[in-house]
Amino acid sequence: MTALVEVNNLSKAFGGVHAVEGVSFAVDAGQVYSVIGPNGAGKTTLFNLITGLYTPTSGEVKLNGESIAKLQPNQLAERGMCRTFQQMQICMNMTAIENVMLGRHLTLKSNLLTTLFRLPALTRGEKAARQKSAELMEFVGCGEYLDTEASAMSYGALKRLEIARALAAEPKVVLLDEPAAGLNAVETAALEELIRKIAEQGITVMLVEHDMKLVMGISDRLLVLNYGRVLAEGTPEQIRANPDVIAAYLGG
Amino acid sequence: MMARLSQFRLKGLLFLAIAVFAVPLFISNPFHYGLATQIALIAGAVVGLNLLVGFAGQISLGHAGFFGLGAYFSAIMTSTYGWSAIPALIVGAIVVAIIAWVVGRPILRLKGHYLSMATLAVGFIIAIILNNEREITGGPDGMPVPPFDVFGWELSAFGQYSLFGMDISGDLAWYLFAGVVLLAAVWLAQNLIDSPIGRALRSVHGSEVAASVVGVNTAKYKSLVFVISAVYASVMGALYGHFQGFITPSVASFDFSILLITMVVLGGMGSTIGVIIGAVVLELLPQLLADFQEMEMVLFGLILMLTMIFMPKGLLPTATNLLAKRRSKSAGGDA
Repeated sequence: MTALVEVNNLSKAFGGVHAVEGVSFAVDAGQVYSVIGPNGAGKTTLFNLITGLYTPTSGEVKLNGESIAKLQPNQLAERGMCRTFQQMQICMNMTAIENVMLGRHLTLKSNLLTTLFRLPALTRGEKAARQKSAELMEFVGCGEYLDTEASAMSYGALKRLEIARALAAEPKVVLLDEPAAGLNAVETAALEELIRKIAEQGITVMLVEHDMKLVMGISDRLLVLNYGRVLAEGTPEQIRANPDVIAAYLGG
Repeated sequence: MMARLSQFRLKGLLFLAIAVFAVPLFISNPFHYGLATQIALIAGAVVGLNLLVGFAGQISLGHAGFFGLGAYFSAIMTSTYGWSAIPALIVGAIVVAIIAWVVGRPILRLKGHYLSMATLAVGFIIAIILNNEREITGGPDGMPVPPFDVFGWELSAFGQYSLFGMDISGDLAWYLFAGVVLLAAVWLAQNLIDSPIGRALRSVHGSEVAASVVGVNTAKYKSLVFVISAVYASVMGALYGHFQGFITPSVASFDFSILLITMVVLGGMGSTIGVIIGAVVLELLPQLLADFQEMEMVLFGLILMLTMIFMPKGLLPTATNLLAKRRSKSAGGDA
């Protein structure tokens, strides 16, 4: 069986700075796979490379065996890859549920004619999309905000909303970039529970995260980056016992 | 929200319909009907421009170009080649759609000032062509346009018609026709906004990155909304030509482009009913201040500036917000 996401010798240089250098790893379907490392280690750059926001300087990324390094983010979404952002990307000109319904974009086939004349086919699709989106908002724990303007929601709720939007696209793999950043202990515990539930549905989760307790608790495997290079890769137990990691990151 | 949005949509449309059909109760002279007709047709174009500017967050400083193209295409086809008005209008809209798509595809990659400049140039080029192609367009002197006709039946501002047994003047008939067209334009625009396509358009404004990671091909949707708004302008331009009976290249001028944008900004970007109010205000204002005609552009500039500074959301959204605030305040006072 091939890995769902496979990264081979991936590099990205910004001018003379090698943000990511020669990184290789593979994520099997159904895993929770975390990328950790000190600030500036290249974690978000790695995510941006995988999700098509950056073009790699060299190396390749494969999704389900297909090379995706040259594809646009929307083409990756079509192939089942979706993500959230450290700097949240929410459409503040819409309501909460409209943001999630945006995630249904690819599953909603609509043409201009049915749209302009608001034919029954469109209304049916919209109703189903709204239903599904409301369920997802309930699932991530912001069900009480359905028709709230996104601009009026709290930071924590928006973070969950972004996850709901990613799930609405029915991805095979979802990449979460620092979902716990800025959350308090209670919210982080809820997030951990949520990530578990997402993984239970068979969705592969890739995670960039600083919260070690969270990461060690839910990850099947971890990748440790330092100065853009792979420092270690393995199960949480292996990482915890790795002397390089302890020296560079855990500060033990 | 869907329940609320569709409720709001119907409310807006109903309000507009009442306003449109109430106008003849208050005015009767041909000049006023002419002005009201002109406002309705221009408002239709502004509703289309608002799709691009207010909802998708893009800009066009050359939209009068498409208005002018639609007007001249219909004028030339009906007068020079003897086409009937409706086929001329439809073929004109298709031609403008193709032009907008070809032009929009490359320039919509640009953002901010660069997109403004590129669209500005598009408008200028169209205006220059209309001015210089004397053989076809009559040049700066303009050209006459035959009355609008449907299956041999002509709609002229000087005619006499009967509607449901009532005798109505040509001016009133034109006004009612323009009003119905405006209502249709608003209905279509609102259907578009409250749909998957509409969400994709709004997401391009809200966050292009967010849109793309859930699968929205942002370049495609930008082109689509550019084409749709150009078609709105083209259709309204064609009708405007038939209504006026004579057009000059000023319908495609820079001044007119700026006027259209000012209407959108003043009325409220992203508010379909709001931008119509913007159109009404900015068309009526010069009438009220006829003595200061040479100051018109200065006045529009000033309005644009003051709106951006003091009510960036525009007239209608600002007013509704104020009203909602006051209501919640008084409700809070009761409790």
